[in-house]
Amino acid sequence: MGQTLFDKIWDAHVVSSSEGFPDILYIDTHFIHEVTSPQAFDGLRQRGLPVFRPKQTVATADHNVPTIDQHLPIKEELSRYQVDMLTKNCKEFGIELYGLGHPYQGIVHVIGPELGITRPGGTYVCGDSHTSTHGAFGAIAFGIGTSQVEQVLATQCLLQSRPKRMKIEVNGKLQKGVGAKDIILYIISQISAAGGTGYAVEYAGDTIRSLSMEGRMTICNMSIEMGARCGLIAPDETTINYVKGREFAPKGEEWDKAVAYWETLYSDADAAFDEVLSFKAEDIEPMITYGTNPGMGIGVTQHVPETASFEAKEQGSYKKALDYMGLHDDETLLGKPIDYVFIGSCTNSRIEDLRQVAEFVKGKHKADNVTVWVVPGSKQVQQQAIAEGLDKIFNEAGFPLREPGCSACLGMNEDKIPAGKYCVSTSNRNFEGRQGPNSRTFLASPLTAAASAITGVVTDIRTFLKEEELV
Amino acid sequence: MATKIFKHIQTSVVPLPIENIDTDQIIPARFLKATTRDGFGNNLFRDWRFDGDDNPKQDFVLNNPNYSGKILVAGKNFGCGSSREHAAWAIADYGFDAVVSSFFADIFKGNALNNGLLPVQVSEDFLKKIFDAVYADEHAVVEIDLVDQFIKIVATGEQESFEVNPYKKACMTNGYDDIDYILSKKDEIAEFESVR
Repeated sequence: MGQTLFDKIWDAHVVSSSEGFPDILYIDTHFIHEVTSPQAFDGLRQRGLPVFRPKQTVATADHNVPTIDQHLPIKEELSRYQVDMLTKNCKEFGIELYGLGHPYQGIVHVIGPELGITRPGGTYVCGDSHTSTHGAFGAIAFGIGTSQVEQVLATQCLLQSRPKRMKIEVNGKLQKGVGAKDIILYIISQISAAGGTGYAVEYAGDTIRSLSMEGRMTICNMSIEMGARCGLIAPDETTINYVKGREFAPKGEEWDKAVAYWETLYSDADAAFDEVLSFKAEDIEPMITYGTNPGMGIGVTQHVPETASFEAKEQGSYKKALDYMGLHDDETLLGKPIDYVFIGSCTNSRIEDLRQVAEFVKGKHKADNVTVWVVPGSKQVQQQAIAEGLDKIFNEAGFPLREPGCSACLGMNEDKIPAGKYCVSTSNRNFEGRQGPNSRTFLASPLTAAASAITGVVTDIRTFLKEEELV
Repeated sequence: MATKIFKHIQTSVVPLPIENIDTDQIIPARFLKATTRDGFGNNLFRDWRFDGDDNPKQDFVLNNPNYSGKILVAGKNFGCGSSREHAAWAIADYGFDAVVSSFFADIFKGNALNNGLLPVQVSEDFLKKIFDAVYADEHAVVEIDLVDQFIKIVATGEQESFEVNPYKKACMTNGYDDIDYILSKKDEIAEFESVR
């Protein structure tokens, strides 16, 4: 019997396996940030332990950093204290920090891949659920809690039971205007926000294979939104070409050795999965969410489901979600006025996302009723966007390009959507209050967000594309 | 380091029959700026519990004096979303020892177990029975026994067994800690690093 990709990588990292115990899994790189690490460092101090492998630990400040005037001290006291604490802890324990002002600073799940730290076959963890992003390279990547951050700092290992394996195949040709974000929102809408719980999900099929690395990262990023432990995609030429030449990618002989190993990383034809799901690319419309979890999504032309279509015990929760969103049964979102558009987050803030948005908005201008924030995923993305002149296109369109950070995805800094306001957001979560207390989030792709910013209402990007023959 | 020990509790419960309660509801992101583990209970379910002016919302169960106890009972897919361990800290800090649901998100479940907060997964039927019992009598008592792995509605005697990872059970009933366990395998880690 052959092995799945997941099992090949897992087995290559098992330090110790004992009956009745979770496996002890070796972690290649541990990413840390300011919010979920301070208590872990305190734990080390209490135990009198050093960081076991500081050179395999990479730190950045992203969650609560401001996205304007980053050269000035952080105004908000608690955020400043938390970022200062990260700086102090990294210094004390000998960890490389890509903090504010550093050319490599950015959202942890953007910088790992762009620096060539994330590679096929590796194991990655971070005290952040969207660590699943790194699986796009054919790696195992878990989001972990702070006790586990302490565990990995202390031992470079994670105690973990092997999850079940699921394969999700998407085959066929995507419609114009439909991209990776729509694919993953569609999958989650089909299997629910809990449909992947307990599984490592491998995405496969020719549609997935046709995606760029940025698109694959968008897909794997949202694996956690269906509850999956992680998501991964077998490495191929696209992956190898992306990693090649990056700052920390292997070089010379090391590179050739690495590539030879990466080429063995795929699920064998006879590998057994606990669950296999298949979807057709042609069935996927530009997607938008209407509710308060990422599973509550529909094609942009569809109507919000009727409460009566749910089981009796689910109706209370469903109604609560619609009330929060200010929506009603059978409503269509097309044409609904919006207040904000947020283009950013570890889901959609990479250079390809910004290029796509810039290409679309060039020569257009945002609607008067909409405030637009474009927040690059990293300093490198920001610099690249400026080098390509995207910032000018954005400015002319009323889409100011800000500085990198998690920003309005979770509103830990000043970038909060006000109460009652609607935001079309390229981020990953539409939970109540996620973007600010009582804010209302419609999750969508960068193209749908950009089109909605131009019209001021929820918009089907395909209506523009028909006119322009774009993309 | 020793952690909190959990073996058995018998207490009234707090019902929260909502599905897909995510960790942003349990503890909103803007309260994650503390650098210690203490005090998160004050902001547990902050935006469901208090209005924008910090006044308690009377219709939320934690503000209803009729309900109290050490067990939180909630709808399926409890703890989905962010990996923030602050969610488990907030629930434990508020005074809960266990959360009962028909389904838990993975990361939350692990975080809870690492903090002496027991996640008890029951069938949909049994979850409904607990809600029925507490809505019939708000003082209804529920017993949870980790050693023998059962949960029981005391008044009716109805009970169900629940699953728990045997290793985590040993940790919780003895106060063992993951890091101590991994450090006991340090030679194997060194061996692994030397041969790869």
